[in-house]
Amino acid sequence: MAYLFNTADDQREMLRAIGAASIEDLFAGVPTDCRLDRPLAIPAPLSEAELTRHMMHLANRNQGTSELVCFLGGGAYDHFIPAVVDALASRGEFFTSYTPYQPEVSQGNLQVMFEYETMVCELTGMDVSNASLYDGASACVEAVLLSLSISETRRRVIVSDSLHPEYRQSLATYLSFLNAELITLPAKAGQWDQAALKAALNDSVACVVLSQPNFFGVVEDLAPMADMAKEAGAVVVAVVDVLSLGLLESPGAWGADVVVAEGQSLGVPLQYGGPYLGIMACRESLVRRMPGRIAGQTTDSSGTRCWVLTLQTREQHIRRDKATSNICTNQGLLALRATIYLSLLGPVGLQETAAQCAWKTAYLRDALSGNDRWEVAFPQGSHWREVVLRDRANDVELVVEHARHHGLLAGLPLGRWYPVLSDCLLVAVTEKRTRGEIDQLVDVLINTPSLTEPAHA
Amino acid sequence: MRNVQSTQLIFELSKPGRRAHRLPPADVPTPEVSSLYPSASLRTRLPALPEVAEGDVVRHFTNLSTLNMSVDTHFYPLGSCTMKYNPKRNERLAGLAGVADLHPLQSESTIQGMLELLYRLQGYLAEISGLPAVSLQPAAGAHGELTALMTAVAYFKHKGESDRRVVLVPDSSHGTNPASAKVIGLETVTVRSCPDGSVDVEDLKSKVNSRTAVFMITNPSTLGLFEKQIKQIAALVHGVGGLIYLDGANMNAILGIARPGDFGADMMHYNPHKTFSGPHGGGGPGAGPICVRDFLEPYLPVPRVEKSGERYILNADHPHSIGRVRSFFGNVGVLVRAYCYICSLGGSGLRAASEQAVLNANYLRSRISPLLPVPHAGPCMHEFVASAAALKKQRGLTAMDLAKRLLDFGFHAPTVYFPLTVPEAVMIEPTETESKETMDAFVRAIELILEEDQELVHAAPHSTAISRPDEVSAARKPVVRWTPTPT
Repeated sequence: MAYLFNTADDQREMLRAIGAASIEDLFAGVPTDCRLDRPLAIPAPLSEAELTRHMMHLANRNQGTSELVCFLGGGAYDHFIPAVVDALASRGEFFTSYTPYQPEVSQGNLQVMFEYETMVCELTGMDVSNASLYDGASACVEAVLLSLSISETRRRVIVSDSLHPEYRQSLATYLSFLNAELITLPAKAGQWDQAALKAALNDSVACVVLSQPNFFGVVEDLAPMADMAKEAGAVVVAVVDVLSLGLLESPGAWGADVVVAEGQSLGVPLQYGGPYLGIMACRESLVRRMPGRIAGQTTDSSGTRCWVLTLQTREQHIRRDKATSNICTNQGLLALRATIYLSLLGPVGLQETAAQCAWKTAYLRDALSGNDRWEVAFPQGSHWREVVLRDRANDVELVVEHARHHGLLAGLPLGRWYPVLSDCLLVAVTEKRTRGEIDQLVDVLINTPSLTEPAHA
Repeated sequence: MRNVQSTQLIFELSKPGRRAHRLPPADVPTPEVSSLYPSASLRTRLPALPEVAEGDVVRHFTNLSTLNMSVDTHFYPLGSCTMKYNPKRNERLAGLAGVADLHPLQSESTIQGMLELLYRLQGYLAEISGLPAVSLQPAAGAHGELTALMTAVAYFKHKGESDRRVVLVPDSSHGTNPASAKVIGLETVTVRSCPDGSVDVEDLKSKVNSRTAVFMITNPSTLGLFEKQIKQIAALVHGVGGLIYLDGANMNAILGIARPGDFGADMMHYNPHKTFSGPHGGGGPGAGPICVRDFLEPYLPVPRVEKSGERYILNADHPHSIGRVRSFFGNVGVLVRAYCYICSLGGSGLRAASEQAVLNANYLRSRISPLLPVPHAGPCMHEFVASAAALKKQRGLTAMDLAKRLLDFGFHAPTVYFPLTVPEAVMIEPTETESKETMDAFVRAIELILEEDQELVHAAPHSTAISRPDEVSAARKPVVRWTPTPT
């Protein structure tokens, strides 16, 4: 067997020490009528070489972003990952360790958590970050649950339909089991409808979820919305793109009380949707309600500075059903990748990366301006890294298929989530895309023959 | 030989103007960003990220890594966490182009190989559990528990039994069980254990009724014992119309030997990072796929991987589904490693792994019980819980003292003070990927510690990067981020 140590002699000796005649005897505690009386119907073992061949065969039946030029976004992005991230994060001392229950032999992980938390606070303008959650959507859910925990009478949660659809779906799932209501306000021209928000706010609202940029890539001035929410006594939850914070104002500065984000952009491979990095930070006043692990600074018995898991009385292993959340793990390895990535970029590199995303998105926008077939769906908005393009020929599915034959993942048809945007494509342009690739995309968009009638004739 | 300079905080290594990663020059026009965005949305001060050279980053994190114990470097018998060897081949295969570089929103036609892998994995997990319907979506064990409880509530609601709001948990259960119930507003009631570690069936009888939704049981239990009365317990709970949830944290003991679906469970989660060798990553990522009986299938999260003719599809069209519990499909990177592990071992190898895990645990138990009493009769399954209560009484040494001193001998500490039902608990899980020699050395270390001077053990560890930290001050006056010293 692949990973076992004990020889037949070892096993005999061990059984003798135990006082058992056979391994079978050790399972005496499992009643016969609970036993499986046949072998598992799972194929015979594969050697490493055979497994590699099998996996290559499966991998070859996929076309990934190293083969197709990726303009797909929608919550996961094809950014460049420096080699140092992989080299360091694949060190076994990080990779094969666990939650730092014994701080004396986990200072590496704990210090990384502390550095990660500091970076998240710097980017978001919050006072406290936890050591990470599962992903952006579940971090968003946790922020909403935190808001609901503050008051028994505030049971409404307000979002805009410009929040990521899968985040809204995740919220809807959780809230359907609770005495709480999800109110989804339609965006107006891809932005918050201030009047609608004002009308929806009252003393039954627990929180308002504001995303920046929103799902359509639109950057908004959210301070007025945050102010209104605060005036009504609601918690302001910000869902941000963490990479954009090299350029865009920190949500703490425009009024967020809790900030959550998907951290995949920070050096985490796409790997078909996970594992990713759920970022969550909050103001100091909310820290006792925060879910997840938190690393804090202290000293050891000789006065040396060191790090420990702290504020653990919030957590399930101590409080059981009184805990702030059921979450046990953090995404340590992904938080490590993000910390290494941000260390490599530094403040200037992060700003340049965010700026290149902005410039390249603007370049795409400009390249299509005045085009007969394509228009920017929300032209009055400023866009960062993503933009919604409308196909006047109403043929986005065909465009995507056609683009694939030209080696491009052209973007995301929005009809699956927004029937009124069924003629639209959400296109992401990261810093990794070149001018030549963008030109090629524009060429494909313009030149895909259309078969159907225009939707907006 | 410790490099103290490089393991300062990365912020303290920072020097204005130093750079590591550089981008290629922009090949498109670069207008002032203030012309692209309203000024209120632009940052006025750059975040205080470190300014360091690439070599700084490499040396800093490499040196930090050496301050960790890990499975690659040390015996890590952390009970309940199944710290087995994490095969290197799985890392390489999970990193293949065509696997690691797939965008989660690509069209089905471009990811047929991935969907096939996930579909096959669903089948293997169903076969191992004896429960036919699988959702790979949950992101961790606790997330799987929560998702399964949602599934159960949706099922009861559909049956018109919405007043089933009570979740029963044994007093020895993982803290996540009651915490998961609370997230969706269910009540929890604790069921007592008998002195031998089994569920107190009389206590359970007095607590099951028409409001019972789910009994969450860990079997093998957190004491490393198979619950012999499991069928009777299941009959009791099923008799009042409730469901049995199996916390699959301890599946490493029973692969191919006993299947939860065959001994009465209606739902369960796996911890692939434990049972199927996913690396623990310093706390995560994990994954928490769940398996359920066919009558619960309609309520599972969407989307699900299905096969339609020769094609694999993602199907979100399940009208009774609870919906989605996270973004995208799941922690696929972890699931791919689990798939590789299952393929490497095959059906026969999975069973052999469980047999060897149980053999190792019993060997270690037989060697340790003369030193530290194990309150529950053997044989055990994949782990056992010893007690340092007598040691504390006789010599004033606690489970924590022992744990800390073991670090000096180059062993990660066992889990201590869990489960809560055993005083001064020392929970030991060697896993199957450890040799007799390693376990003998571990036992020898405990023997030596028990002969040592009490003060020496009290003050342990002595050879680690730091001595015992002041956790009380850390919680009382939390310092949870670095701030520059004012100059």
